[in-house]
Amino acid sequence: MSALIEAEHLTRILPAVVPVTLVKDISVTVGAREFVAITGPSGSGKSSLLYLLGLLDRPTSGSLRIAGEDVSALTEDARAALRLSTLGFVFQFHFLLPEFTVRENVEIPMRRLGRLSRRQMRARAGELLESLGLVGHVDKRPDQLSGGQRQRVAVARALANDPPIVLADEPTGSLDSKSSEQVFQILDQLVHAHGKTVLAVTHDIGLADRMDRRLHLVDGRLESDERRVMLSGA
Amino acid sequence: MRLLLDLAFTHLAGRARQSFVAILGVGLGVGFSVAMAALMQGSQDDLIANLVDSMPHVRITDETREPPRQPAEAAFGATAFSGLRPRDDDRGIRNPAAVRAALDAWVPGDMAVSLRTQGVVRYSGRDVGAAILGIEPEAEARVSSVAQDFVQGSFSALSAGGNSIVIGDRMAERLGAAMGTTVSVVSSTGLVRRLKIVGLFHTGSTARDEGEAYVLLKNAQILSERPNVINEIRIKLKDPEAARAVAARAEAQTGYKSVSWEEANESLLEAIVIRNAIMYTVVAAILLVAGFGIFNIVSTITHEKARDIAILKSLGFREADMRRLFLMEGIAIGAVGSVAGWALGFGLCLVLAQITFELRGMGSEMSRLPLAWSPWHYAIASGFALLSAGIAGYLPARKAARLNPVDIIRGAS
Repeated sequence: MSALIEAEHLTRILPAVVPVTLVKDISVTVGAREFVAITGPSGSGKSSLLYLLGLLDRPTSGSLRIAGEDVSALTEDARAALRLSTLGFVFQFHFLLPEFTVRENVEIPMRRLGRLSRRQMRARAGELLESLGLVGHVDKRPDQLSGGQRQRVAVARALANDPPIVLADEPTGSLDSKSSEQVFQILDQLVHAHGKTVLAVTHDIGLADRMDRRLHLVDGRLESDERRVMLSGA
Repeated sequence: MRLLLDLAFTHLAGRARQSFVAILGVGLGVGFSVAMAALMQGSQDDLIANLVDSMPHVRITDETREPPRQPAEAAFGATAFSGLRPRDDDRGIRNPAAVRAALDAWVPGDMAVSLRTQGVVRYSGRDVGAAILGIEPEAEARVSSVAQDFVQGSFSALSAGGNSIVIGDRMAERLGAAMGTTVSVVSSTGLVRRLKIVGLFHTGSTARDEGEAYVLLKNAQILSERPNVINEIRIKLKDPEAARAVAARAEAQTGYKSVSWEEANESLLEAIVIRNAIMYTVVAAILLVAGFGIFNIVSTITHEKARDIAILKSLGFREADMRRLFLMEGIAIGAVGSVAGWALGFGLCLVLAQITFELRGMGSEMSRLPLAWSPWHYAIASGFALLSAGIAGYLPARKAARLNPVDIIRGAS
């Protein structure tokens, strides 16, 4: 199994009068088809780690390879290109563009990438939304949807360019338990039915326990890295 | 890129009222600039047209650019002479018939020869100093604008009787003379001739109406005791723009000082250049102010849409995309404002063209504002507008593009 994410000694220090260490010397390797929870108390650096792995932030020291490519030396533009094609983001808040319809929101990453024709983009956006149970909502605006529905649109947008890695920052953090469960099921499906690698930051231990692997952070350090024993067939 | 255009459009549509005000700002700027340029250009054209019409396009006089060298200077190679008594020259254009024939061969226009001398016109004890021009009436009528300014009589009346004179109406007023009065003309050499007034003109220029008198060339030659001499050739060209070239060639050919109307009015033309510089400064200032409106809205949008910028960047949009997006918003306002401004400017010109007014002292003649229409006015005004819009959009765009998505995402969650 080839490693999709290889981080070695990642450290992120916020420069300030009193420098704040967000992430301290974390080395972790994540392969394909992994479903990884990043947990830890507030301020333990779990989101910061996710932003580093998602190329939204640059580490102060340490090296990072995404899909075999050393990204530490890449220019901002090259990192943006990699985010566009290889990484999908889902945040705690849906972060959809309010002026665009659901379908248009999902089409935006595809249009930026520009690999498909407009007709193909439309079709793909429709399929994605349909597979996430959003038939009949494609032409609505985000503010006409419920929180859970919006979060599912955000997932569809993250999947628009079919990236191998999906990063989720508290994807269920602002949802009720029913919607939470739906979103969790979708992420689970992504890994086990579609072969994606999903890393999700969560403080919900119940959900984290149901994922395949759990990275536990305390004070910016990787405290534990546990794999769930596969209860196959049970 | 279409996607960026779509994004830019939704941003501006989301701030429709502010966008409208910004567009209005640019539109007013461009509109008034266009109208002002039309007026400035129009009045300038009008001024030059008057200038060109009222004076000969090229004037050849019996002077030379360099003072004539004295025979002693030519004969000896000394560096300087002192106490040299200059030889009296016979002033005047020598061999006028030959000079005239030589010029006639190639000059594209009409030509009039004259002898200009100083004298006094005297009547009923009143003296008025005057430039006395000896002319050939037929040629003069083709070259001089005075031919169109006659209140009574004409140049051709000069040739009818032998001893006649044409003066301006102001001079006649000062003398207390009228058509048909016989006045005395005293030349600088002291000769007196009695001439009958056969024409009165009114050019509108006091200096000419009060200080010019026209007689037959022959009479002027007699008065100044210079038979067969002329000292001035005036040329009216078909194309006034060719004056410089014609003057240069005439000077090279004849050796006499030839002055084009441009050279004669250099200071005035310089003033026009300065006027244009002032106009374009004002245009730039107006549109710079309009630029502040654009800066304001684009800046507001970048603040308001900070979250969208963070999302788009996290999705994989580059900094350059973000810069382009907000730059496009600025330029879109500039472009729409420009087009609105063209319409406004065109409308203003139409309205201004309707305005008529009476010039005092010109009788019942109605005047309109001089307006010139040129696509350049429109192009220059919107050029300034787009430049200003581009800068006004670029500044906040650059700032927005640098925004770090993590800062926003952290702040929101």
